[in-house]
Amino acid sequence: METKTLKAKSSSSKMDLVRVKHLTKYFPVRSGLFQRVVANVQAVDDISFNIKEGETLSLVGESGCGKTTVGRTMLRLIEPTSGSVFFDNQDIFSLHGAELKAMRRHMQIIFQDPYASLDPRVPIGDSVMEGLTLHKIGVPQERFDMMVDVLHKVGLETYHARRYPHEFSGGQRQRIGIARALALQPRFIICDEPVSALDVSIQSQVLNILKDLQQEFGLTYLFIAHNLSVVEHISDRVAVMYLGKMVELANRETLFSDPLHPYTKALLTAIPIADPHLRRERTILKGDVPSPINPPSGCRFHPRCPIAVEQCSQQEPEFRELKPNHWAACWRAE
Amino acid sequence: MTDKTANLANLDKEGLSLKSVSLWQITWRRLFKRKSALLGLGILIVLVFIALTAQWISPYDPYQVLIGIEDVDMRQAPCIHLLGCPKDQPQHIMGIDGNVRDQFSRLLYGTRLSLMVGLTTVSFAIIIGTILGALSGYFGGWVDNTIMRVMDVLLAFPSLLLAIAIVTVLGPGLINALLAIGIVSIPAYARVVRSSVLSVREMDYVSATRALGGNNFDILFKRIMPNALTPLIVQGTLGIATAILDAAALSFLGLGAQPPTPEWGQMLSAERNQVFTAPHLVFYPGFAIMTTVLAFNLLGDGLRDALDPRLAHTSK
Repeated sequence: METKTLKAKSSSSKMDLVRVKHLTKYFPVRSGLFQRVVANVQAVDDISFNIKEGETLSLVGESGCGKTTVGRTMLRLIEPTSGSVFFDNQDIFSLHGAELKAMRRHMQIIFQDPYASLDPRVPIGDSVMEGLTLHKIGVPQERFDMMVDVLHKVGLETYHARRYPHEFSGGQRQRIGIARALALQPRFIICDEPVSALDVSIQSQVLNILKDLQQEFGLTYLFIAHNLSVVEHISDRVAVMYLGKMVELANRETLFSDPLHPYTKALLTAIPIADPHLRRERTILKGDVPSPINPPSGCRFHPRCPIAVEQCSQQEPEFRELKPNHWAACWRAE
Repeated sequence: MTDKTANLANLDKEGLSLKSVSLWQITWRRLFKRKSALLGLGILIVLVFIALTAQWISPYDPYQVLIGIEDVDMRQAPCIHLLGCPKDQPQHIMGIDGNVRDQFSRLLYGTRLSLMVGLTTVSFAIIIGTILGALSGYFGGWVDNTIMRVMDVLLAFPSLLLAIAIVTVLGPGLINALLAIGIVSIPAYARVVRSSVLSVREMDYVSATRALGGNNFDILFKRIMPNALTPLIVQGTLGIATAILDAAALSFLGLGAQPPTPEWGQMLSAERNQVFTAPHLVFYPGFAIMTTVLAFNLLGDGLRDALDPRLAHTSK
């Protein structure tokens, strides 16, 4: 009996809050008089991963590899082509109307561009309160108090509430965006490159706020980024994407010290070192990222891969667990 | 800790007195820095004043034929006492028209009619055009295609020609003319709204509202519309000028306001053959139309500059 409860407890503390299964999103390319679909942009192609409650999973990859699409599809800001996303064992893609609205309380998003993410005609207090108003939580006075609370949490003052977005700096706006996401007391927040539009000095400030909030509320993050130094600072686990596919997923330490996939290795050697006298041996990738409209056959990375063999261009490597909790999709890795 | 909270409370108190500037206030301030826009606004205020008080400030009844009441001739030149017209003659600032009525009074009443024409047709066109454009831009797909193709058909005809066709079908008259001008100007507004809805729709704050649980109604009316309407203000202001001009043109052709209504276009039309014998009867209505159209155009141009989003962050 005792062991059973213990087991239940330990499994609940490591419970998967979010499970993404075979998520796929194709954007149709239409042309001609009748707007026929002539091709598909394979933005996200068959991606699966889990996020444990309370952890930060980072999603990295270069521009256009589909990271943002993954995040937005998970929140149903973009409708998926196929696949499923389970939040707390509920299939998000099967929800409609009121159920979906209720679910949105638990999942929020922080956007990349702090200048585009706030309505310029609305005082920021109203923006932060918007979720509370939409869900009809409490009476207006209570909503106001909750809004002020959240503003203080992100280091803003009460008098800021009646100001407009253009009266704030980029870092302040990003904190307002965080406050807006936080107002509904969600359990899961997708951070879509939340610091890439900010000054380096402001980046750490925003990252620390995110970390503090995670500790205080037990938040779960999906952290989308392309800056590996930032990722190393904030994540528990890291997933690497290339051209709509996930190529590697591992704990932060493992991924940074012992990457298995050649693409991850190349990414890691691209992290700049702060000492100009130190030179690292760099793996420089040949060519550009191929078009996601017509991705290469077999392993999508093979045209640029330094260790590719013939098999890579013919068969697509499976995303498999090569070491405990260390997944990669590469024929050459073991 | 207590220090900090005290500090915060202090900030709060100060905060309440700190002024915050909304985008509308910035627009107003910028508008007031433009002389041409101010001139347009000034003329417009005078015109509105005239329109509202026409019945008190006009010296005569615009419909009253003065035969037998005063000693005046048909199409008599203006008689202004200040400029040396004999004091024993009745004063008619803009002379007497072909039906022996006071031209000045008719012109003042015409202001009322012209502004009404401009405002009603443009409001009608804006309301319909905004709804169509917003639906088209927001939902896209076949909704967009259907609506915009109909708009394209309307746009394919020269607007005045189409208005003439509509009036011919409905029958001449001021109300029908208004309707015709309104219908003809719908496509312009629908297109403007559609294009700005298309661009605003992709903004992150729209996604944010959806992520927070907003439905299509919340998103379209609380987020997209307020941000998509600024170009409409400019288009509408300039559109009033066009509508007034079109209404005058229809009346001039005898398809709009019918005599004896004191409408500028109709007044022009009635006296067009007397341009050389009685130029004042053609000059004043023409001048009135020009001034009104100019005022709206100046204001519209000023608004366009003041609302320009590219300047939104620079000058205040």
